[in-house]
Amino acid sequence: MEPLFVYPEYEIVRDRESCITCRVCERQCANEAHRYDEFNRKMLSDSTKCVNCHRCVALCPTHALKIKKSEDTYKLNANWTGDALNEIYRQAGTGGVLLSSMGNPKPYPVYWDRLLVNASQVTNPSIDPLREPMETTVYLGSKHAEIVRDERGRIKDTLAPQLKLKTPILFSAMSYGSISYNAHASLARAAEQLGIYYNTGEGGLHRDFYKYGKNTIVQVASGRFGVHPEYLEAAAAIEIKMGQGAKPGIGGHLPGAKITDAVSTTRMIPKGVDAISPAPHHDIYSIEDLRQLIFSLKEATAYKKPVIVKIAAVHNVAAIASGIARSGADIIAIDGFRGGTGAAPTRIRDNVGIPIELALAAVDTRLREEGIRDNVSILAAGSIRSSSDLVKAIALGADACYIGTAALVALGCHLCRSCHTGKCNWGIATQRPELVKRLNPEMGVERLVNLVTAWTHELQEMMGGMGLNSIEALRGNRLMLRGVGLTEKELEILGVKHAGE
Amino acid sequence: MLEGQFRNPSGCAISGVIDRSGRRMSGECMIRSISTMHDRSNGLGGGFAGYGIYPEYKDYYAFHLFYDGAASKKETEDFIGSHFDVAFQSAISTRKTAGVTDAPVIFRYFVLPDSRKLETRKLDEEEYVVRAVNKINTEIKGAYVFSCGKNMGIFKGVGFPEDIGRFYRLDEYEGYAWTCHGRYPTNTPGWWGGAHPFGLLDYSVVHNGEISSYDANRRWIEMYGYKCNLQTDTEVITYIVDFLLRKKKLTLGEVAKVIAASFWTTIDSKPEEDREQEILLRKMFPSLLINGPFSIIFGYTGGLMALNDRLKLRSMVVAERGERAYIASEECAIRAIEPELDYVRAPRGGEPVIFELNGGVK
Repeated sequence: MEPLFVYPEYEIVRDRESCITCRVCERQCANEAHRYDEFNRKMLSDSTKCVNCHRCVALCPTHALKIKKSEDTYKLNANWTGDALNEIYRQAGTGGVLLSSMGNPKPYPVYWDRLLVNASQVTNPSIDPLREPMETTVYLGSKHAEIVRDERGRIKDTLAPQLKLKTPILFSAMSYGSISYNAHASLARAAEQLGIYYNTGEGGLHRDFYKYGKNTIVQVASGRFGVHPEYLEAAAAIEIKMGQGAKPGIGGHLPGAKITDAVSTTRMIPKGVDAISPAPHHDIYSIEDLRQLIFSLKEATAYKKPVIVKIAAVHNVAAIASGIARSGADIIAIDGFRGGTGAAPTRIRDNVGIPIELALAAVDTRLREEGIRDNVSILAAGSIRSSSDLVKAIALGADACYIGTAALVALGCHLCRSCHTGKCNWGIATQRPELVKRLNPEMGVERLVNLVTAWTHELQEMMGGMGLNSIEALRGNRLMLRGVGLTEKELEILGVKHAGE
Repeated sequence: MLEGQFRNPSGCAISGVIDRSGRRMSGECMIRSISTMHDRSNGLGGGFAGYGIYPEYKDYYAFHLFYDGAASKKETEDFIGSHFDVAFQSAISTRKTAGVTDAPVIFRYFVLPDSRKLETRKLDEEEYVVRAVNKINTEIKGAYVFSCGKNMGIFKGVGFPEDIGRFYRLDEYEGYAWTCHGRYPTNTPGWWGGAHPFGLLDYSVVHNGEISSYDANRRWIEMYGYKCNLQTDTEVITYIVDFLLRKKKLTLGEVAKVIAASFWTTIDSKPEEDREQEILLRKMFPSLLINGPFSIIFGYTGGLMALNDRLKLRSMVVAERGERAYIASEECAIRAIEPELDYVRAPRGGEPVIFELNGGVK
């Protein structure tokens, strides 16, 4: 049954004076929102097809286009909002689960914006990063090691394998399939240039990208797509994905339309058929099973690669992380509920999980209370929007941060949250060749390198202001943070004082 | 508010001397040295550590305690009596000194762990002592052990350091090494325990600076059973050094490479063997890197180590004259007690300078 007509949320506005009917907008819109009226010789737009990705706005040579929030409204109701009604109309028409993409857009508290950073005044000097070294290099992995000396008295390297990052940023897991070949190429090459890592997600590793192995983290997820010995061997580290912040408790679903020949080969699955990652790993129903998978992967790679366990930030995250830290994992990645995704049931994206700030603070605190913080490094993920979010995450206790959405935005993503349609006009979340080629990897690499370089400079400025010249001295340094407008309980969980204290 | 209930940034003066032949000198020299740097203190804290000062009780742990009254003294003495054999105890004799007021009750005990209790606890002797001291300091209200090493002692209080030295009659003690500290806290410490040096067993630390890595260091070291009750840099630095030296059995040079690690770029340019070891130490103990300005003199049985933060954000010089070696915030503090020096120099940031007795402890 057709759903009731719903007036579009955003309207395409065209300035007729400026429009030169060059038809760029028409060619650029995979959603076919623009068309040329031959008879009247003018451009027409259909706002009902518009996803507000801003591709036409950005490419219109005369800046004749803009998209604005529609003024159409139902009778205002603080409880039964327009969105609530529209979603019911859609479901009443289709009987389906609502799908959406990218991170939770709801107005939940963003704790990053309630935390303020310290600076040195008088009693100790701030440090000028233009004059002094300002170290952002970080090693990830278990630090727990006994001091053992050789016959000459030198300390032996008994440390578990470590990942070296030139700056405390990694690109989050995004699978080939959910995003395009060119997006992957951009991430891989940028990671190599920056001395950091990108993550394959659960999509296998395309043959062309094996050469970036030393900057690659490969993922082993519940569908085990694309996992084989060579894949594990190619990587710098292996990540077991137990959960994802955008959709805790459920698996993944890559529509058949996105499964092209290359995606099918890389994932080792049939072409054109939906690829379903199960909600749980069916060989992991408890913590002791996770331990077995961790050690299976370590056995398979001769204990030479760190194993990361990625979990969604859920209510009991501290206890779960504590269990993982005792199970042989080298690194724990925590993904908060604002993290992005290529497709998730809307209800889950918007209502399941907890904010990364609280989860990170709770995990770091718990691991320290239990004396096992040294067993693992912690990666924070789930909407790190800027270098100041990064600084705050590290001060709360993260060793480094995963960035996914921010990296995609650098590549051109405009957060239209329509990845699941596979018609990404920016060439990112699509497998259509004519769209994929819009993302030029050369430019993609440059934009990603620029972004991470810019954030690193800002990180160094803020560190210097705090009187720090090494990222190690910022990690877990919660006295460098103060809360503003937070309740006692929130401050307690974050482990920070209120501004003015 | 009392020290320990808030962070109290301080500027400071430090000075230290060691006679490597083991010849002992009176505490008077340190008093003269530190008084030259009078303006680096503000009268809210001063203190001294002397090594080799108790030869007649050199095998006993010398506990120095502050009491706020008779009740805490009674409770502590009951505790000490049931956990240690006390060879000798007395009040620490002091002299009425202008500028030193509100002194607590100050006592000294020479003790050895009760051998039966030590056996049942399955701890080594030093760990037993550390835990007992922590218990007194955290659980007995109004009692505070501020020195607990063998053949050494810390003397400290609220006042200018030279007044504190005279108050404790340090001219009557003789040691082969001394360190001292004048404090310039931004807030009043409220009680005598907040003054420096800070000690643990025979380790003592005097420090000038304000470390910006404080909370990263504190939260890490507290995982290993230490409790930073005073919230001072000196306290956390002492615990870090104790952890690395006594528990992890690193050498002093290695400790310096952890807490004042060379920059990665410097490490990269080093010969391979040094490079490997320094990278390994930074990878193993990243959270024990101490960042921000500090200059410390670390005292231990038989030696002194001077160490600056790696950017050298605080002044510190070292000098030698014959068997005597000197360390101070300012050269004037050394010249005041030894005008003729073989050399005087400013160590580089992160460069440990270690002076030890030639023939061991005498």
